[in-house]
Amino acid sequence: MTPYVVLSSILFTIGSVGVLTRRNAIVVFMCVELMLNSANLALVAFSKQNGNLDGQVTAFFVMVVAAAEVVVGLAIIMTIFRTRRSASVDDASLLKY
Amino acid sequence: MFVLAEGAAPLVDPASADGVFSLLWLVIALPLLGALLLLVGGPLLKGRLDRSGHLIGALLPVLSFVISLILFFALLGRDSGDRQVNQHLYTWFQAGGLKVGADLLYDPLSALFLLLITGVGSLIHIYSIGYMEHDPRRPRFFGYLNLFVAAMLILVLAGNYLGVFLGWEGVGLASYLLIGFWQHKHSAAAAAKKAFIVNRVGDIGLSLAVALFFATFGTTDFTTISSHASRASEGTMTALGLLLLLAACGKSAQVPLQSWLLDAMEGPTPVSALIHAATMVTAGVYLVVRSNFVFDYAPHARTVVVVVATVTLLYGAIIGCAKDDIKKVLAGSTMSQIGYMMLGAGLGVAGYPFAIFHLLTHGFFKANMFLGAGSVMHGMDDDVDMRHYGALQKAMPITFLTFAMGYLAIIGFPFFSGFWSKDKIIEAALTQNWFVGVLAMIGAGVTGFYMSRLMFMTFFTKARWEEGVHPHESPSVMTIPLMVLAALSVLGGLLLAGDWIVNFLEPVVGTAGHESPPIPALLISVIVVLIVAVGVAAAWYLVQQREVPREAPQDVSFATRAARAELYGNEVNDVLAVKPGGWLATGLSMFDRQGVDGVVEGTALGVGGTGSVLRLVQTGFVRSYALSLLIGTVIVVLALLAVNAA
Repeated sequence: MTPYVVLSSILFTIGSVGVLTRRNAIVVFMCVELMLNSANLALVAFSKQNGNLDGQVTAFFVMVVAAAEVVVGLAIIMTIFRTRRSASVDDASLLKY
Repeated sequence: MFVLAEGAAPLVDPASADGVFSLLWLVIALPLLGALLLLVGGPLLKGRLDRSGHLIGALLPVLSFVISLILFFALLGRDSGDRQVNQHLYTWFQAGGLKVGADLLYDPLSALFLLLITGVGSLIHIYSIGYMEHDPRRPRFFGYLNLFVAAMLILVLAGNYLGVFLGWEGVGLASYLLIGFWQHKHSAAAAAKKAFIVNRVGDIGLSLAVALFFATFGTTDFTTISSHASRASEGTMTALGLLLLLAACGKSAQVPLQSWLLDAMEGPTPVSALIHAATMVTAGVYLVVRSNFVFDYAPHARTVVVVVATVTLLYGAIIGCAKDDIKKVLAGSTMSQIGYMMLGAGLGVAGYPFAIFHLLTHGFFKANMFLGAGSVMHGMDDDVDMRHYGALQKAMPITFLTFAMGYLAIIGFPFFSGFWSKDKIIEAALTQNWFVGVLAMIGAGVTGFYMSRLMFMTFFTKARWEEGVHPHESPSVMTIPLMVLAALSVLGGLLLAGDWIVNFLEPVVGTAGHESPPIPALLISVIVVLIVAVGVAAAWYLVQQREVPREAPQDVSFATRAARAELYGNEVNDVLAVKPGGWLATGLSMFDRQGVDGVVEGTALGVGGTGSVLRLVQTGFVRSYALSLLIGTVIVVLALLAVNAA
């Protein structure tokens, strides 16, 4: 049980550090996926331990949401890249004070 | 000081109008129709009334006068016991137990007023045809004049105090419109506003009195109030009397609400004649005499009336002595003469008929003199300064002769109308209180002085005309009304023949128990005439026998300066009302702007400021948002853990 939770924590940490430090939108995006999947792993692990299917069902939901998110997110990144010739998340900072 | 006379306060108990008396409403309706035609119809017809408007405006009051005459003779045909007629037109309004009808009351008092208002009013209308000939807005002027007359007729015909109030406000409005008729002149616009506002102070008195009548008697009908008057407490009656006096002070220009009258001279001269003779200033005297059933039970209020009247009659006379503006001298004399009327009215039942008698004769001779002054101004290119007149009796013989009749009447030259009426009031005053009587006698002497001064400076002495002024006699449309009024000024005393007016007014005001004056009446007359003669002689010595400077001398005594400044009445108002009012307004405006607005604007400013500081958090960097999200999440998780651990 513990290795699963530890792995999940490591993956989540890698993901969140990646989101906070990387500028490339694609990489940020991948890190977000990493965080989602670490959460999935934890869910499935706890589900197995508790002996019911709630966690597994939730993991499926997360996957579906992640897939939809990828579709929309990649489309936005594509469009931004086309107009601004850059995929850096720092460049797209027009919505500020 | 004054005791309730025997047999006071006859009841107002009118019979329903029938026969010829059903025409009563027409007296008001005709001038009102004229006002509507000229003021509403005129603009709608786009100037098509410009050439005939003045004829319509002059004809309708004349018709009204004819009806008044018919009604008057019909009233004379009745026994003196049932000379009260009530015409109920319709229910004005009804709310719960309160019902106010549009009632007209026709009795000897309103009959005399009707004749004065429509008669003298018609003459002034006719005169105005000539006087306003070159004014492009003449139809509108006649519309206002008709409105003025109609409002005054409502005032004197109304059968309840609410109706009186309607007419009262109408008169105030019409006077405002007419005083400010030449509104392009700043001074005229200011004078109109002043008249309106000062009158408003008096109106407070009348509206409170109406409310108190409602509260005390449950109605404002003269009929009910007069029959229930004896049952009301004296305190209530005194309060009512004082409120009515305040109202009368406003309309009749009595001290302390006198200041508007002299400024009101900014209006065209026929307006001054109308205000001073037929309408407006007589309303206060009418109100007091009409409310005799209140004042008969309020001796203290009557004492105040007498004091106010005595102060005013001297006040006006003193102002008249120093003014160089011919119209302002006449205005001061009006104030003074209205003071005599109020004095008569304040003396109670012994004075009421003489107050009305003096009101009528004053209406004749004051209209005569104002129109005469207008005629002089007409010939002198609208100059009003008497220092630029002189020796006009040759240039304007008709104006001079008619004016002289009015002059002899006002100073009380024996057997002219003013002699009889003023004498009677002085006699009544002496009977009740010798001090007031003596002051009234002195007032008569001062009247003799300032009117003679006016007469000498205008018609005698040497000509001091401005260059290019060629005095000429006015057209006959102006001089004929003058002649009629001059005849009335001479013959007005006939109303007293055989005590006719006293007996005629008896059903309204009651009879006085006969009380003889302390000295014989004949002796009083002789003394008054002698005092007046002294005044005239003083004027002859000071004005006629000396050179009149064309500019008013500046190195004059304090008394003269005070009289020129209207005894500092305006300054007193300034200190007592205008300045504190200004301060109050400034204070309130400050409080509104700094206080109320400050709270509102301060809140907005605070929110805005906080917002502009917090705004800086929005850097636009997605990663910083993510960081704050993460920190928030960590805090929440730690908090949950802390809670669970505890």
